Amino acid sequence: MVYKKRFDGRKFDELRPITAKAGVIKNAQGSAFFKIGKTAAYAAVYGPRELNPRFMQNPRTGILRVHYNMMPFAGQGGRVRPGPNRRAKEISEVSKLALQQVCDLSACPNSVIDVFIDLPETDAGSRCAGISAASIALADAGVKMKDMVSAVACGFVDDKVCIDLDYNEEAYDHIEGGVEGADVADIPIAMVPSTGEITLLQMDGLCTRDNLLKALDQVQVACKQIKEIQIKAIKEKYNSEEDEE
Amino acid sequence: MNFGERRTLIESLSNDCRFDGRDKKTFREVTVETDVSVTAEGSAIVSIGDTKVIAGVKFEMGTPYADTPDEGSLMVGVELSCMASDNFETGPPSFDAIELARVTDRGIRESKCFDTKTLCIKKGEKSWTVAVDISIINYDGNLFDACSLAAMAAIKSARFPKIDKNGNADYHNLTKNGLKFTKIPIGVTVIKIGNQIFVDPTEKEMEGLDARLTVTSVEDDTICALQKGGIAPLSIEDVSNMTEIAIEKAKELRKLL
Repeated sequence: MVYKKRFDGRKFDELRPITAKAGVIKNAQGSAFFKIGKTAAYAAVYGPRELNPRFMQNPRTGILRVHYNMMPFAGQGGRVRPGPNRRAKEISEVSKLALQQVCDLSACPNSVIDVFIDLPETDAGSRCAGISAASIALADAGVKMKDMVSAVACGFVDDKVCIDLDYNEEAYDHIEGGVEGADVADIPIAMVPSTGEITLLQMDGLCTRDNLLKALDQVQVACKQIKEIQIKAIKEKYNSEEDEE
Repeated sequence: MNFGERRTLIESLSNDCRFDGRDKKTFREVTVETDVSVTAEGSAIVSIGDTKVIAGVKFEMGTPYADTPDEGSLMVGVELSCMASDNFETGPPSFDAIELARVTDRGIRESKCFDTKTLCIKKGEKSWTVAVDISIINYDGNLFDACSLAAMAAIKSARFPKIDKNGNADYHNLTKNGLKFTKIPIGVTVIKIGNQIFVDPTEKEMEGLDARLTVTSVEDDTICALQKGGIAPLSIEDVSNMTEIAIEKAKELRKLL
């Protein structure tokens, strides 16, 4: 094991600095800005509104849609062509499943709630930042939720559990200062912090089952920290509105 | 905008007052913040009232065009992101998005505010393309002026990437050098409703417009791009008045960069 100290000096279970703000997009019913390290996400919630075409409507409940989009200049390398691609489609879908679990949309049948996630800069963990932002935005929009959804990536760098990987750690096996061919695993996770329910779980890389379970335990602690920041963002918005009155 | 609102607005404009209390020649509060995205080589967020846009610059390495082997190029894209308004739709770029991008592009390109020869790395083989992408964060009218200002702020703050030993762009290490500007083009859109002309329209005012004229000008008052929009025609007198206001307002906006 060579990775003894993290590139940016964090403790292995330490999150990057987080800022969160609710109500940043005036036109949206609910919105948020969530920044963790150098990964930033805007989330805007529109709806409930009529869902067209009508065959997609569900008379029992409202439908949640998530649209994940990286701005063309938000990638670590060169420009990313704008518009939908396979990666964005997949992330949109898994993010929807991650958020849907806590939302009760039975009060608005036949309608849709759209969540737009747009990222102006990313340094790994973009789907997690997007989900954390979207969760604040949904709460800001007044959607009935049983809890926040908090998301963060954990992983292994050279056999060491790390919380909230950044780009350099994700790329440890092929960047300068890393170790060529070292094992790296990146595991984005979304969780309902109060129950520990996992609503998003993906992984790429290599890791043993024991290590995975060890990482999941640590993620729960991190998600609780994120939830507090999310709740604070909501409270700050509504407290400041009270002050104005 | 319905007939009653339109009549009230025109009446109110004839007393030099708008629904939000501004007179015809006053902008809402304009703010410019640069370096808002670390992954872009240059970036800026511009707010005009409740309209908020973000621009990011990426330098892309490519082959120069055959007819200009010693020059690089400029490209501007605008996305009317659905997060900004429930009137924006997903899917391929709308005409509005394409027009915004082209007018913003033309204002910068035609002003010749920087020398495209400085984008050449190796004649006939390698050059930089300056790719400016703009996303709308919140929409409340006047996107032409917001995009023009954001694009210039972002390009001005941009720094070239280093070139690694294989000759590729190293986006993780930027040089200290940016583009050198000889002038700063600024676009200002003047709106006509009835016989009234004014600047910086809100979303509501945009709905009621009969005609608009976007005028991009540089420091010495030279006009470098024009775009007329809207159904109504403009008289020569209109054009005279609208360009005069646009050039005057451009001077104010330029001070923010």
